[in-house]
Amino acid sequence: MTMKASTRQVDGVTVVDLSGRITLGEGSVVLRDTVRDLISKGDKRILLNLGDVTYIDSSGIGELVSAFTTVRNQGGELKLLKLTKKVHDLLQITKLYTVFDVKDDETQAIASFKK
Amino acid sequence: MKIAGNRVSYTLDSTLESVNRAEQTAESMAAKAGFSDDDRHRISMAVREAAVNAVLHGNAYDPSKKVRVAFENTRDALVITIADEGPGLCEQDVPDPLAPENLLKQSGRGIFLIRSFMDEVRFRPLEPGTEITLIKHVPGNSREHTEEAK
Repeated sequence: MTMKASTRQVDGVTVVDLSGRITLGEGSVVLRDTVRDLISKGDKRILLNLGDVTYIDSSGIGELVSAFTTVRNQGGELKLLKLTKKVHDLLQITKLYTVFDVKDDETQAIASFKK
Repeated sequence: MKIAGNRVSYTLDSTLESVNRAEQTAESMAAKAGFSDDDRHRISMAVREAAVNAVLHGNAYDPSKKVRVAFENTRDALVITIADEGPGLCEQDVPDPLAPENLLKQSGRGIFLIRSFMDEVRFRPLEPGTEITLIKHVPGNSREHTEEAK
């Protein structure tokens, strides 16, 4: 299953709904291009919804980290929403779970961004 | 593809399609060996990471270089070997991805994940290249368990 990304605006936050596999190749490129496009448009409050992401490999983890640092370096915020158990475990193992701001509820996640 | 008893082996091109094929075969072999859903995921991911290393870092997508992948179900364990024809890997040179200075690096987590997901991981230098052996013991079917049962 290839990766798909769609964006929507909720109260000044860009929610990116991701689905499929974030792996080396197409999946990682889609994520990278999506985040770059948002930053170039000035969207620096980004919530990545990973609820329908079925699989992430080390390349995908790297893209999440890269997206996080890129947005942060631009003075923005990038948070993660609705991790599956597999993705949650992967972020725990790699000690990245505490690096990312991870949310389970979209409304609470939107409200947590700085105004 | 070669099949000999419980051993399946492939010689693959240095492409991402080969990585996907290795991952899918790992998933299938792990299911046949009786691993749980979680372990099947761990095994197939470890194989994917090892195959990515072989294709990307070992053979550098060179079409003249091949990746050899073998899966063997020994009943006690699933044993997977993946060999590339690259310049070789020095295990000691791979930085710790959990070190604070490396935590936010984009790459360098593949071998760490392989070690996290498999029971045994061995590297063997080839001329040229590197062979990695990944072993996952079948729960409740280890040699020790069999000996105890006798």
